[in-house]
Amino acid sequence: MREAPASRTTTSPALSCEGLRVGYGSRVVLEHVSLDIPPGRWTSVVGPNGCGKSTLLRALAGLETARAGTIFLQGRRLQAWPRRERARRLAWLSQNAPITDLTAAEVVALGRFAHSGWLAHRQADDDAAAQRAMTATGSLAWAARRLSTLSGGERQRVHLARVLAVEAPVLLLDEPTTHLDPPHQEDVARLLRDQSQRHGVSVVSAIHDLSLALTADRVIVLGHSGIVGHGTVREALEGDWLSVAFETRVNIVEHEGVHLWRPALDVRAQQGIDR
Amino acid sequence: MSAPRALLQLGEAPQDVTRANRLTVWLVACVAITLLLTFGSLVIGTSSIETSLGWILSPDAQSSVVLWQIRLPRSVGAWLAGALLGLAGGIAQGVFRNPLADPYLLGTASGAALGVTISLVAADVSVGGLAWATKLGITGAACLGAGGATLLTISLSRGVLQTRSLLLSGVVVAFLLSAITQLMLLAKPDIWRSMQSFLFGSTGFISWSSVGLLGTVFGVSIIPAVFLSRGLDALTLGEDTAQSLGLSLPALRLSLLGIVSLATAAAVGEVGVVGFVGLVAPHLVRETLSVNHRQLLIAAPLCGGALLQAADLASRWLIRPAELPVGAVTACVGGSYLVYLLWRRSRNA
Repeated sequence: MREAPASRTTTSPALSCEGLRVGYGSRVVLEHVSLDIPPGRWTSVVGPNGCGKSTLLRALAGLETARAGTIFLQGRRLQAWPRRERARRLAWLSQNAPITDLTAAEVVALGRFAHSGWLAHRQADDDAAAQRAMTATGSLAWAARRLSTLSGGERQRVHLARVLAVEAPVLLLDEPTTHLDPPHQEDVARLLRDQSQRHGVSVVSAIHDLSLALTADRVIVLGHSGIVGHGTVREALEGDWLSVAFETRVNIVEHEGVHLWRPALDVRAQQGIDR
Repeated sequence: MSAPRALLQLGEAPQDVTRANRLTVWLVACVAITLLLTFGSLVIGTSSIETSLGWILSPDAQSSVVLWQIRLPRSVGAWLAGALLGLAGGIAQGVFRNPLADPYLLGTASGAALGVTISLVAADVSVGGLAWATKLGITGAACLGAGGATLLTISLSRGVLQTRSLLLSGVVVAFLLSAITQLMLLAKPDIWRSMQSFLFGSTGFISWSSVGLLGTVFGVSIIPAVFLSRGLDALTLGEDTAQSLGLSLPALRLSLLGIVSLATAAAVGEVGVVGFVGLVAPHLVRETLSVNHRQLLIAAPLCGGALLQAADLASRWLIRPAELPVGAVTACVGGSYLVYLLWRRSRNA
């Protein structure tokens, strides 16, 4: 059930890995992982807690030392890229949005570090990119506020703006929708779709909410024993990869073209007990 | 729910807009206090204030030596040493992402103390050692010791990859070098008196040549530090995020810790082990203003300089005509500030 050949794209992948193995200490988290992330597509990484979603994204971002295997960014080995050139092509959003005393505008401007470097004097295009990113995430209104004075959701959107400000062709986003209320989660999903469709960006995101995750173009389904499957959402549903990965029955219903996760728990029976 | 939120935003926005203005006010205040303290240290000494004022108004050969060769370099030197400690503390707190980090945590202070002890023992033991020690001077010995201790700390933690092991090896090195110093002092009790002023910290021996050295080191450290301040800003987002932004963490840490150890070595070499200034100065700045690291690394030296200058003045004023060791004054002031912080935190919690 690994890598359905039919789903392979003909264009060269934006990001790929071969035989990747990553672990901490004696524990191996990922093994024999080979993936092609196509350009201009939004890919969701889905799987149970502790299966290595974050580790996969961190490894692809070059933040974990791979014990085996190779990662390629735009056809070139990830380690072979000069640091700043790589940071211009690949942006990563961490799972926990850090709190800092910097203002939102200063945080987003840090996203331009790979472009502007050490010079405190920023170029006009850096400011323009930062402003576009903050407008897109709806965080421009609190540009002058310190991150420590913002709510969790507001902070998350500032960090998302920082990642977008890089204007990288590959985005790796670990839980971009945490702390966000449902309408804002939807905004983020729309934003990621827009990035991939209109700007040709390869987006890889790990999102817990299955319904939201399945609005992506493609899914990488991870289980505790490695990759269950990698392909389009339809392939994943037809193969029932989710039930394999979560080791339990996962109900996905289709409603007006949208895939929704339906809890299997019998609400009426529960209410009966309460009464 | 949305109405109070909007009010809150309206209420907070102007505060942040005036952030730059508050910083300006703060910096101007620091400079003004420094000028006042400099004037104060010209007129306060073993002679009465009236006499000193008379000296300034109608100088003669003897009084101008006291004013311009003793009191002024001492005050300027105290400012520079405090500024170096404030800068080093600001950088250390950023690199270790710990508001209680201080410039001595790489073992520099104990290294400097050991360097001074070794040079004193060498001068005591043989003629060759005396020649060597005189050539090096107390300052040179302290700088060498501080630099050596930093290198030892970094090699013990096998580089600068992990801040936690850096902190730990800093503690180990500090203990180890202090133990060696203590043993040497036990063996040679007669050098204890010469060591005393160094260990307590003293601004009494600053000449214009010391001021020249301190000034040069200050210029050489603050420029690259401000240049690298964006890296410290990035570090506040976490090490992984900083790395993903395209920063080389080992290179950044190594250069910043190099600046910390250079600044601390120069300050400790000239005024001895003066505690708390490097910890309190950047802390005070961050408590009163919310700043990014570029602003912090400019404000903390100004604050540290004014602090040590004030402590120097107090050390001369409190038990005049005798003098307190300046380190004792900073320890009292810094200690009470920390107690105040603790008290306030426990009250808020």
